[in-house]
Amino acid sequence: MISSSLEELSLTTDVLIVGGGMAGAWAATSAAEAGAKVVLVDKGYCGTSGVTAAAGPGHWWVPPDPPAAREAAVTNRVASGLGLGEADWMYRILDQTWRTLPTLAGYYKFGADDEGRVNYRAVRGPEYMRALRQQVLSHGVTILDHSPVLELLARSDGSIGGARGQRRQDGGRAYQVEAGAVVLAAGGTSFLSHLLGSRTNTGDGYLMAAEAGAEMSGMEFTAAYTIAPAHSTMTRTMAYSFATYYDAAGHELDLPFGPDQTLRLARALQRGPVYCSLHRLPDDIKARLHTISPNVPLVFDRWGTDPYRDRFEVVLHNDGTIRGIGGVRVHDVDGTTSVPGLFVAGDNASREKVAGAISGGGNVNSAWALSSGVFAGRAAARLARGATRRGGRLRPLGREPRKGAKTVDLAALRDGVRSQMHPFDKNLFRTGDRLAASADVLEGLWTEMADHADKGTIASRETAALLATARWSVATAGARKESRGLHRREDFPSQDAGFATRLLSGGLDQVWVTADTTSVTAKAGRLEAAS
Amino acid sequence: MIELIVADRCTDCGACIEVCPANVLDAGQGGLPVLARAEDCQTCFMCELYCRADAIYVAPDCDRRVAVSEAEVLASGRLGQYRKHSGWNEWAEHYPNEQWLMETVFRRAGEAAAQTRAVRPEGLGGKE
Repeated sequence: MISSSLEELSLTTDVLIVGGGMAGAWAATSAAEAGAKVVLVDKGYCGTSGVTAAAGPGHWWVPPDPPAAREAAVTNRVASGLGLGEADWMYRILDQTWRTLPTLAGYYKFGADDEGRVNYRAVRGPEYMRALRQQVLSHGVTILDHSPVLELLARSDGSIGGARGQRRQDGGRAYQVEAGAVVLAAGGTSFLSHLLGSRTNTGDGYLMAAEAGAEMSGMEFTAAYTIAPAHSTMTRTMAYSFATYYDAAGHELDLPFGPDQTLRLARALQRGPVYCSLHRLPDDIKARLHTISPNVPLVFDRWGTDPYRDRFEVVLHNDGTIRGIGGVRVHDVDGTTSVPGLFVAGDNASREKVAGAISGGGNVNSAWALSSGVFAGRAAARLARGATRRGGRLRPLGREPRKGAKTVDLAALRDGVRSQMHPFDKNLFRTGDRLAASADVLEGLWTEMADHADKGTIASRETAALLATARWSVATAGARKESRGLHRREDFPSQDAGFATRLLSGGLDQVWVTADTTSVTAKAGRLEAAS
Repeated sequence: MIELIVADRCTDCGACIEVCPANVLDAGQGGLPVLARAEDCQTCFMCELYCRADAIYVAPDCDRRVAVSEAEVLASGRLGQYRKHSGWNEWAEHYPNEQWLMETVFRRAGEAAAQTRAVRPEGLGGKE
């Protein structure tokens, strides 16, 4: 198949999966189990790419017996989701996660607690992703690592029929995959914060979906932040549940463990540096921290810091849509988008219907990544099997520069995105005026990008994706004139029943925002259709 | 960020080049991997886990390069520390994966916080 490094690599398959993190790997497995020929492409390496690999996901996990337990979990989540979640979608992912996760036992050694009971829900990221890669390969899936996708390909009727990209460890050789259906599982984005494992998650899947004609949903919910030692990526929070915080003068701050802790910490950080001590972590956990989360104590050890005695500076890294919510609007739990032939899974999809207006934290988000991957892989396989290959020409959907290509300072554009999406006063404590100012700045950056940037490099495409995502987020946050969950408006501090609806957004040259008119409660029939 | 590959330990297996999700490394002329795009490093420590020769050192600093002395790192015992504590490869039977304890810790923290609130119902002075 590979004859020359100059010749384009051309593959044909039933299902193409874009992204080899948790959702993509589960999608590839399930599509293959459904009988499809599957190609999975990853920007980096399926097994280490994405935010799961360096972390430790705990899945939303409620056994079916007694049934009351799941009812209670879903009822609580519907309430905490503040009107944007849907119970039937939550039941679906709870059940699928419970059924699917233990099937990985051939590849992952699930831990047993001190009483010898197997624990499935909490897995360690590197081992989990290594296991998922092995499972994918054992299902006969072709993996192309270090093969970022540059653009989707459409058939003459607008349906999606593949993608093209570059093999960056093969001299940048071009490749094209023609597919019966495509699953975008390219992750969310932290807008290039130092959130652990998120550097290559630049929202590429959002941009490509939008170019194909899909809408976003929930993009206003990007105001999630996670604590880390200053200058580190270690956004793993378990040990901080027992943290004590101090200001620069050494006075203890009132930042109790609980739902408002991040907000209070952000307020404190606006006033000055904040320091932390983990001395209150129980001794039995201190003694086992290196076998619970080995990368957490590693950071302190290498700095010569004793986190149980010394006070170390902490910061908050933005989570964007990764621990936030937004993504491509899905019409069904199987990742069906508004574009025929295109499915989305994991962080690439909006999680509003399972998380509501608040962060899905680790557990709902992981259950969603797994389940939406399984569902989307299966649905894509079904569509690809039924599709008759039309053969015809495939049209690339990436856009040429409007006014002709010239050198664009992409690093400056990316810094511009960071400058609007990371500061607390712009993205966490929002006001209409500041959002409008951010929108103006981003519009200017987008104009430079869209007018002149060449679509042929991954850096250019990543920058376009970051800018597009930031513009949707800021525009939607401006339109939601209330506070709800992760979205806080200082000029509209209360929740407004008139906004108990999801907000859709989209558009590239012209950004738009509109209310989702399919009512949150109007879902009769969907559940049966999906099961 | 990745700061060091110890030449004497590296077996030139190429694993770090392959697994780096940010494509930081290239195969060098003399066989050893080179830090071709260190500025792209996302400080995820994955290369260390996949380096069976324990030849790689990643500094925790993600936003600044730091000077690293090979002699000091070799003497520190930190090479291979992450792989060992993770129970990878030959360490599988020595370091159990206790990730399952995570939820217990959060539960205990919640209970401790609730107890504090119960003892001091008005909090520590409450509002900011």
